[in-house]
This record gives sequence, structure tokens and C-alpha cells, in this order.
Amino acid sequence: MSFASEPTVGAALAPTPDPVLRVDGLCVSVRTDAGLKPLVSDLSFALNRGETLAIAGESGSGKSITSLAIMGLLPPPAVHISGGSIHLGAVGLHDLPEHQMRAIRGDRIAMIFQEPMTSLNPVLTVGFQLAEAIRAHQDVSRATARTRAIEALQAVRLSEPARRFDQYPHELSGGMRQRVMIAMALALRPEVLIADEPTTALDVTVQREVLDLLRDLQCDLGTAIILITHDMGVVAEMADRVIVMQNGRMVEQAATRDLFARPTERYTRDLLAAVPRMGQGAARHAPVPAALVASLRDVSVRFGLKGGLLGRTVRNVHAVEAVSFDIRRAETFALVGESGCGKSTIAKAMMGLVDHAGSIAIGDTSLKGLDKQGLKNIRRRVQMVFQDPMAALNPRMRVGDLIAEPLVIHRIGTRETQCARAADLMARVGLTADQYDRYPHEFSGGQRQRICIARALCLNPELIIADESVSALDVSVQARVLDLLATLQREFGVAYLFISHDMAVVENICDRVAVMYLGQIVEMGTKAQVFGNSQHPYTRRLIDAVPVPDPAFVRQPQPRLAGDVPSPVFAIGAGPVRVALTDIGGGHLVAQGSGD
Amino acid sequence: MLGYLTRRLVQSALILLGVSFITFILLYVLPADPVRQIAGRAATPETVENIRRQLGLDQPFFVQYGRYLWGLVQGDMGRSYLQKTEVTELILSRLPATLLLMLAAITAELLIGLAMGIIAAVWRGRWPDQLLMMASFITVSAPQFVVSLLLLYVFAVQLRWFPIGGYGTFAHLVLPALTLGILGSGWYARMMRSSMIDVLRTDYIRTARAKGLGRARVVLRHALPNAILPVIAMIGIDIGIFMGGIVVVESVFGWPGIGQLAWQAIQRVDIPIIMGVTLVSACAIVLGNLLADLVAPFVDPRIKLR
Repeated sequence: MSFASEPTVGAALAPTPDPVLRVDGLCVSVRTDAGLKPLVSDLSFALNRGETLAIAGESGSGKSITSLAIMGLLPPPAVHISGGSIHLGAVGLHDLPEHQMRAIRGDRIAMIFQEPMTSLNPVLTVGFQLAEAIRAHQDVSRATARTRAIEALQAVRLSEPARRFDQYPHELSGGMRQRVMIAMALALRPEVLIADEPTTALDVTVQREVLDLLRDLQCDLGTAIILITHDMGVVAEMADRVIVMQNGRMVEQAATRDLFARPTERYTRDLLAAVPRMGQGAARHAPVPAALVASLRDVSVRFGLKGGLLGRTVRNVHAVEAVSFDIRRAETFALVGESGCGKSTIAKAMMGLVDHAGSIAIGDTSLKGLDKQGLKNIRRRVQMVFQDPMAALNPRMRVGDLIAEPLVIHRIGTRETQCARAADLMARVGLTADQYDRYPHEFSGGQRQRICIARALCLNPELIIADESVSALDVSVQARVLDLLATLQREFGVAYLFISHDMAVVENICDRVAVMYLGQIVEMGTKAQVFGNSQHPYTRRLIDAVPVPDPAFVRQPQPRLAGDVPSPVFAIGAGPVRVALTDIGGGHLVAQGSGD
Repeated sequence: MLGYLTRRLVQSALILLGVSFITFILLYVLPADPVRQIAGRAATPETVENIRRQLGLDQPFFVQYGRYLWGLVQGDMGRSYLQKTEVTELILSRLPATLLLMLAAITAELLIGLAMGIIAAVWRGRWPDQLLMMASFITVSAPQFVVSLLLLYVFAVQLRWFPIGGYGTFAHLVLPALTLGILGSGWYARMMRSSMIDVLRTDYIRTARAKGLGRARVVLRHALPNAILPVIAMIGIDIGIFMGGIVVVESVFGWPGIGQLAWQAIQRVDIPIIMGVTLVSACAIVLGNLLADLVAPFVDPRIKLR
């Protein structure tokens, strides 16, 4: 055994210098047509008992591959460990036969994954899956396993654990499913828990609860945690030590406080600089009364739920309820809220993609009663940029043609002028004109989003609706795309409707914000008003829940919230209580009375 | 649930009405004249006209169809032109044999097809996969009479394991059921394989493996119920394809079912029997689909019938 790889900086600060897991010179490679391609190279670290070690990095850094290598779950046969060793205590995991590895998996090392919505088997009950995990490693009766599973559900603070036991995953919300995953992982008290982006797919307030839960359980059980994440805010709040990875290599390893205070490597510094921080947004120009680009008055959207013998609408989902706001030329208006609050539905209504009540006007044209040609004209003035650029680009079209396609659809110009326009736009968004003939898969995620932005700009729209447009991007890429959006706004005078769940990003880019909850706006005003002087309790809850990328930050204890978001489904004729917005000065509108 | 069932049954009745109408038109415009078949070559024109009038075949199309429907709602499918027996009686006497064959064949088909598909998916890209997919390709493209004659030759003529044809014992059932089963299994193998491969890639399978479960349990308990969903829907549709195969296989093996009955009736233009068998087959298809839809919620709790 060699202890050469003991971390020099971290060891001194670790709670107890007693490594439970040791990785020495780990190399993971994938077999391709062009030979072996390294995914992780020469990675060494030690994990001490009871500590939280974060492995941070952007996509492609090899952080998830590292965790799968430790679990022995690398996708065979192409990806395999090509060098180095992994030791759990005295057991070498790197060359352990599958049947012995199986006994360790789930028992001594457990793992939770990013996607709680898809990580549980949809056709088996929660309890079955939990009890199965217990019975896979311990010879206990069904009844004992059931009792222990219910205890585990209780430990992750699920309400009514006995009832949850017999429920199916689709009956639980995302946050509840992630708790079930945690319960499953910790039911057998593993020595090591690997959490791969455990809160990335969750809403910010739910993320808060899950992070708190993980930390509390770690205190109780003394589990060592490897936390894999791209979010430096989560790192700062959770980790004792951090490993920063890039392109399969370790860039830097340090205690969390040291890393944030004195990053030694250039890449770490860049990464930290790119992290959006609350309160850091550049002071934007005060909104001058410019021409209206879009105006919504009492807009409601409902979706009917059909039922009964004749298949008539029996209940309505009140997705959007009496929403009013204006967007002016060259301003960025942000809609924030958690999943299901109706922010994307508003975007669809503004594009004429769903029916709405109330009035929506783009410029001075009302969307009501427009025919096909009228709607087509509207879409020339309003364009959209979506969350997943790969899904938004036809993989069989050249990017130049993709960018020029709006011109073709609207029959503007000749083939030559269309190509010239596309080439010009490519240059504006930071691509080169010689990439015109390439296909989307040849570009990176950030470049693809630039292609989508160029396509949205093609018709010189007055308004671009950016629906979670930077949420899927790595932080460094995200920062550059946000810069690009700001530059293009100054250049073209386009207005943005920026839809996001990420408070820090919104705070960095917007002029005005509206906070949505259950289909209604609960607070709206300028950035300074909403972020600097937030009045509505829900707004404050959202802001407080954002992980702060500063290990020195001391979080105020929050009252723990019970239960889930209320249902937006109502019988015909019924509806939610409409909140009344009151101006508390300077156009800062706050919902009164119905604080949640 | 009750509302759903009522709606589906009404739909089914409408489908059967449509089938009866279309089949009736097709048989009406058929160039072969059933009366000639009954009367024989030597009959005088008067006799022919007499028979035609007796059978009501001189009436306009809609009168004939109306009479047939009126009989049908009373459970009367008319009489066979040649055997002079009630069609309902003929079909009922032969239906049990066909249902037995169908049940045995579907069981064989599922056992062979699903096993092939699961094995191919688990060893994807390696030799078991390649071998099984080649085999499934052959069964999908082989004609029914070739497979049935091949099985007959090998197992009945050469090895003498099973009787060459007939009805009565379990041994009689094996070869016809196996013929239909092998022929249908290729579709199921391919469908099961692609469905299984999709499921094996999902996050919840990774979770199951991360719990430390063995491969057999991961595949059979976690993946199979998810992968089998599209296959269940396929069984409903498959009954229709089966009906075609049953006509051939029952004839080859001398199995006294409605396939054989239909085959004889088609040769002799015995319209009431053809109508009857068509409607019974359509019934089987409609009920098969309904059954498949009713079973689905038991496998996947997310499916709600409304």
C-alpha cells in the first residue's frame, strides 16, 4: 500500500485522517475506432470517514465517469478502467469480480443520481424498491425489511411514510422521489455515498431541503460523501474539500475555504469567476419609457382535463391566472418561478401556440382573432430560444441553412441575400462563416445555443423569448452566452423575455422581474426593487434558497416548509383565489394578503 | 372504468357492423355465382332462378343486407348453402378447436419470442444476439406452408414423435401450435429486443444495479415489466394476423377448426359460412385488443383507463 497520493492540503483540514476510500492513479478509457481514448487520467484522491469531498467540473470533465468507475458501473464493454487502483478499506475495487462487487454495491457504497424523475422504476412501488435494496444485502424477512424501509422513509422526512411505501413513483413529486433515492442509498448505512448532481434537476427551494437533509443525515450516520456537481454554490455549502476536474484530469485539490479564497490554478479562477452571484449584476440603465413591444392584460390559460362517459372537460388546470405585464423596447424582462408555475405557458400563449383568455398585444397587434397569416406575421416579430439547443436544431440540416430558414419560410430575399444574412449573423454570435456547411452535432453545447440565437435574430424580431436558454449550459459557457445576449441587445435593440428558474442568472441579466407562483405574479418590479427590497414571502424564499458560492457565508436558519405546492386543478367554474397586486412605490407591485 | 368499458363495447359493435357491411359488399360483387355451385352444371335456367329466389339472392343489395343484419341481432347467421346446416351451429362446433390451437400457439409464440428477444438484448452485439436475430429474420420471412411441411417431415414422418395430423390428444396439438408459434415468434423477438435495449439503458436500471442486485433480477424483475408493455399491445393486433395463418395451418394438419371451415367455404362460394367466419374472426380481433388494453394497467400503474 502506498500513501503517496494523500492530499497535501486537504489532509490537515479533514475531520479525521482515516481514508475509507482511496483512488490511486485512476485511468478510465473508452475504446473507439481510433484506439483508446482517455476519459479520466491519473486521478488520485483519498476520502476520509465522515467527510464530504466535492468533485467539481464542467461537462466532459470526467467527474461522473469517476463515480461510475468506483461503483463498478462503467458501461461495458467500451469503457473500462485502464490503470490505477481504487481501494475501499482493504478491498481493491478496480479488479474485483462482478459477484463480489455486487455485494459491495448498495451495501458499502451507495449512489444517488441526478434525475429523480427517471431513477425509480415506474412499475414497482417505492416500498418494494426500498425493501429490495435491504434484502439484497441482509437476510431479513419481508416484514422486517418493510419496517426498516418505513423507518428509512421517515428518516428522509417524508410525510406519511407508511402510505408512501405502497405508492408508485409517479405519485410523488421530484423532491420526494429524490428523498426516496436517499432513503434507499442510506438504508444500509453505507460507508461511502456518491451523490452525482443530486439536486441539479430540482427546483431551488427543493434543492435547499435536499441539501439540508443530506447534511443532517451525514451528521447522524457519519457517512463519507463524494458530491459530484457543477454548481460551485452547492460546493461551497456542502463540501469539506474540493477536487476541480477538467478534461479528465485533476486541476486542483484543496480544502473548500482555501479553494474559494486562494484558487491557485488559472482554470479554477476562471470557473469561479464565471459563477453567477447574487448582487453582482451590473447596474443596468434605468428603464426609460420606450415603445411597448408586448403587453399582456389579465391573461389566463387553462387546460381541460377530460373525463366521464362522454369525454367532456370536467376540471381545468389553471396554468396561468390573470397575468398582466408590459415589455418595452430593448429591455430584459424576466419571469422567474419554480417548475409548474406557468412561466413557459405564458411564452406559448405569446407565440399563439395555446389559447388564452384576456388580451395579448405584440406591438399594437392583438393576438385575438388573428388568422393563419396574421399569426405568421406575429412570429416574425417574436422569436424563441429554447433550453436544449441540440433538440431545437434539426440534426440533418447545415447550420447556415438552419439560421437562414426563417427567411425562407417568410419568403424574404433571394438565396444569395439569405446566405449572406446567415453568414453575417454567424459572425455576430461568435461563429465563423466557414462553419456554414457544418452540421449541429459538430458543435459544442454553447456554440449550438449561439446558432439558435442567430436563427432567432434572423428576422430582426422586436422580442426574443428565451425559455431557460442558458440552464443546460456549463457555467463558463453560460457566462459567455449571457454576455452575447447583452451585446446583441445593445446592437439590435431587441427586447428579451427571459424565463428562468435560476435567481442568480436572472439577477445578472434582467432590467425588470416578475416572480410567479401557481400561475400568478406575486411580485413584480425593477431588479433593484425585487432583489434589493423583496416583499413577498415567496420571493424571499426563492432568493434565500439559492446556494451561495462562498464557504464563509453563514445561512440563517430557515423555517422548514411542510407539504407540496398546492394543486392548480379546479372544478369548472371554480378557480384559485386571485391575488391583488399593490404598488408599494415606484412601480414595485406586491401581492397582498395571500402570503403562502 | 365502467364508462370506459361501455364506450369500448359500443365502439366494438360499430367496428363489427362496418366489417359485416364491407364483407357483404365484397361477397355481393364477387364474380363467382353461389347459385351455380348449388344447382350444379346440369341445372335448367328455371331451377337456377328458383334457387335464387328461395335464397333471396334476387333481392336488391340493401334488402339482402338488412335481412342478414336482422338475423344477426337474433343470433341467426343463416344456413350454409351446401350443407344446409345452421352457420351458428357449424361455427360453434368448430370454435373450441380453433381457440385451443390459438391459445397454444400464442403461448408458444410468446415463450419463444420473448426469450429470444431478452437474450438478444442482454448479449447485445455479441454472438447470441446475432444468431437469434438471424433466426428471427428467417421465421419472419418463411411461408407458413413451408414451416408446417418441414415440421411435419422432421417430427412426424422421420422421427415419428407426433401424429401427422388430426385432433384429439395433446400430441396432435404440438405441431400446429409450434408452426404458428415459430412463425409469430420472430416479430416478438425483434420487438422485445429493441424494447428491452431501450429499457436497459434507463436510469432506473442503473439504480437497480447500484443497489447491488444480480443480473437476472435486474433483467427479469426490473426491466421485463417495463419492456413488455409495447408487446402486450402487439398481442391484440397479432390475433388478426393469426387468423390468416390458421386457415393454412388447419388445412395442412387437418385440424377441425373454423380455419378449415372457412377454407372449404371459400372454395364452394358458401357465402353464409364465409360471412360467419369473418365476423367471428373480427370479434376475436376486437376482443383481443380490448383485452390487451384492459391488462396494460395491471403491468403499468401509470396507465389509467378513462
